[in-house]
Amino acid sequence: MKASQDLWKKLLQGKIAEPLASEIDAFENEIELRKLGKIDEKVFAETRLRRGAYGQRYDNGQRHDGTESRKLPFADKPTKGPGTVWDAPGMLRIKVPFGGLNPAQIEVMAELADEYSDGIAHITTRQDFQLHFIHIENTPAIMRRLGAVGITSREACGNAVRNVTGCPYAGVCACETFDITPYARAAMLFLLGHPDAQEFGRKFKPAFSGCADQACGLAYMHDIGYIAATQQGARGFKVVVGGGLGAVPRQARVLSEFIPLEEFLPVTQAVCRIYARHGEKKNRNQARIKFLVDKWGIDKFREEVFAERAKLKPDPRWTEYLEAALKEGETALRPGADLPATPANASENLRHWLKSNVKPQRQKGYYTATVALPLGDITAEQLRQFADIARRYTKGTIRTTVEQNFILRWVSGADILAVYEALHAADLSGAGANNILDIVACPGTDTCKLGISSSRGLAGELRTRLATKSFQMDQAIQNLHIKISGCFNSCSQHGVADLGFYGSSRTVNGIKVPHFQVVVGGQWDNNGGAYGLPIVAVPTKRIPDAIERITGFYLQEKQKAENFHSFIKRVGKAPIRKLLDPLVENLPTPDVEPGLYTDWGDPRSYSIGDIGIGECSGEVVSRFQFESTAAERMVFEAGLYLEKGDAQQAGEQAYKAMLRGAKALVQMQYDDVGNDPAEIVAEFTERFHDSGLFADPSVGAAKFATYFFDAHAAAGTGKKFTADLAHQQITEAQLFIDAVHSCYNRLRSAAPAKA
Amino acid sequence: MELQHLIAKFFTVGDSKLDPAQVVNLMHRWVAKQSMPEMLVDVAELLHVPKGPGVIAVGNDADYALDHTDGRWGVLYRRKSTLAGTNADRVVQALRSAAAAAQLIEDEFKGQITVSRHDFELIVNDRALAPNTPATFAAAKADLEAGVKAFLGHADFKLEAQGGDPRRRFAVSVKSAK
Repeated sequence: MKASQDLWKKLLQGKIAEPLASEIDAFENEIELRKLGKIDEKVFAETRLRRGAYGQRYDNGQRHDGTESRKLPFADKPTKGPGTVWDAPGMLRIKVPFGGLNPAQIEVMAELADEYSDGIAHITTRQDFQLHFIHIENTPAIMRRLGAVGITSREACGNAVRNVTGCPYAGVCACETFDITPYARAAMLFLLGHPDAQEFGRKFKPAFSGCADQACGLAYMHDIGYIAATQQGARGFKVVVGGGLGAVPRQARVLSEFIPLEEFLPVTQAVCRIYARHGEKKNRNQARIKFLVDKWGIDKFREEVFAERAKLKPDPRWTEYLEAALKEGETALRPGADLPATPANASENLRHWLKSNVKPQRQKGYYTATVALPLGDITAEQLRQFADIARRYTKGTIRTTVEQNFILRWVSGADILAVYEALHAADLSGAGANNILDIVACPGTDTCKLGISSSRGLAGELRTRLATKSFQMDQAIQNLHIKISGCFNSCSQHGVADLGFYGSSRTVNGIKVPHFQVVVGGQWDNNGGAYGLPIVAVPTKRIPDAIERITGFYLQEKQKAENFHSFIKRVGKAPIRKLLDPLVENLPTPDVEPGLYTDWGDPRSYSIGDIGIGECSGEVVSRFQFESTAAERMVFEAGLYLEKGDAQQAGEQAYKAMLRGAKALVQMQYDDVGNDPAEIVAEFTERFHDSGLFADPSVGAAKFATYFFDAHAAAGTGKKFTADLAHQQITEAQLFIDAVHSCYNRLRSAAPAKA
Repeated sequence: MELQHLIAKFFTVGDSKLDPAQVVNLMHRWVAKQSMPEMLVDVAELLHVPKGPGVIAVGNDADYALDHTDGRWGVLYRRKSTLAGTNADRVVQALRSAAAAAQLIEDEFKGQITVSRHDFELIVNDRALAPNTPATFAAAKADLEAGVKAFLGHADFKLEAQGGDPRRRFAVSVKSAK
């Protein structure tokens, strides 16, 4: 752990908004409790995942060195989760809702990349940031530093609502129906930590798109997608549900052709409640919402959602968030102007950059400039330089993209050449944004536990080969999108690429060889309008050749202006397969071509021995487990207050812990119990105490319930806690919470389905 | 002032003939054989990023790298976990660790790379402990000099704060004639 952990806590005191500050304090305490063995490893795993702290390759303590799998000599400590070593480096995913960032946030990202990671910040295919090689004990300091500039990693992983993505051109795009930014922001604020979105069997990914035709929002491949629409002049959304990539891709189905703006949050809440209540919990391979939509059919699903919507108690946040979000618009720093003529002495790169990376905005005289990042990676120093550029030429209007790039918005045409020069000085002027050179790759075997083949290694190789010739290629080839996933889980979104690849392995001449399945037929446009299918697995070292064959065939056979998706639709997959067959037949032995038996960028003999258990699906932890863990943590915190000499705070915290424990039980029978102590006590009394459910002579539960009732009766009366009284209340709180656990266990044995 | 999480980077001399990608294989061997005092977990190859961190042997307590930050190649040691002892002790530890890695790389790639032991930088990789300010330099200078002196075995060197952008980490450059 860094020596400055506590220092950051003091330095940033009061600078982090609530409830985020308390959330981070709670997580820090949960880390301490796990180190003491006082939190179950599965609960801790899901807890840290919901804070964005994810596992990384080799965190099971094993590593294949090319010859054999060896145990890494980690210290013997409690785990971070099942089979996950405490000290093993992990990844922290940081949410960037709709990709919106400002320079101050980018500077903090640079600091964190420097101090905690490998000097690199990585942009993901869902507009997040990821930092790799992070120690779990450093995460609270990182979260505080992010929190101080309004960023959170909360619910970036785990079975929760993930980052709310959105079209990065929202608000400046000529073809959008309206700017989705404020609504994406409102959805993020509404759903973050929402009680109705805490008990999913799997993750839940929302996306917003400003139009139906373009790719930017990719609404159809999300668990819930919102496409801007109007009806009789009124704004709203076409809402689609049940989309997703992964091993079993699904196109989302239409929940409603039009939901008015004032209804989209309550309808979303209803969808969450239905998914939490009826979605699969035990079999994680069937737990995404798409499977529930499949099982019921969209008509029944729709019926259930709108019936649930009708039952919802009105929530002022449905409109408050919208009103607040609408106030935050973007404007330009400098007067708009048309683009100047390209200078006669302009470099080849500048000419290409102007063509591929600069796009006019809807607002006359303004342009977006895409900063194409190789494999989504950027150094800390480049981040600082980019923050300076954003400040100098714009009001800091930045978005991340699902293609792992930045977009600088509101650049005046008069400044575009100066922006280029500044980006060039920072090694950020790479041309080829959104074309064949702009290859998207997931982390793959570099850092992901599930990686089978090196997606980044292949992407790097392809970039090197294409860099010199991509702009000489036919425009139809330049327009292709290549996306590479290290496994079938689709993190690169290979299913909607023109040319998609996902990692697999095959045994050749008795030896494992890294391969990629070649996927064609996907459609990037129309919000990810169609999914491709695999044709054949090709050895990874033969993939560049495979691409040359496919693109050559396309150029030769395409009809005028026929795009790749239409071309594949017309000619079918069989001729493509025929083209690739020679690349997979009669492969040479290792003595003839040893390189075939290794992966890109990894000299070790290829092995799949490092594949671990993924954490994408998180741990299925019931709401009771979360709530009771929170109650445990609060008792622990009460003890910390007492240690610091604050008996009053200690006593009051112990009471709050009892309330939390009681609420955990009540929620087993009554989902919608609120936070009002009187309501919790009344519900607990009726449902558990008076009913006899709580009574268990073997643990003295009846007596422990009276501790709770006494504490509640004394709360708000101005009771003064001495150290002794606080000590007593903490002890009683712990006994009560133990009895809560005991009651839960008995009820779960009797009725496992509900628990 | 407590100086923890030090980075030491020795710069290469002249034009290196070494293809940095070759170091990947060497570092994989370091991980396989656990060749360094600190446990190593993985190798990160980041050569696609201009002026980036190059190739890193990643550990829990420390990293070793053939680093290209700021466009200068060098062999780098990055201390991640805290160390006991004095500030000067920690300076010596970081410098010796980087020097040991430099030696291993030079031995492996004889004639292809030369790493100076007299031209290096020290960075405190923690902005809370050591913000990049003149005050930090004033407070840390004596300890840094003591550590460098202990490492070099003499006091004939020039140690200067890099200063510059306050957003960057506090760093000093050291040059010695011998």
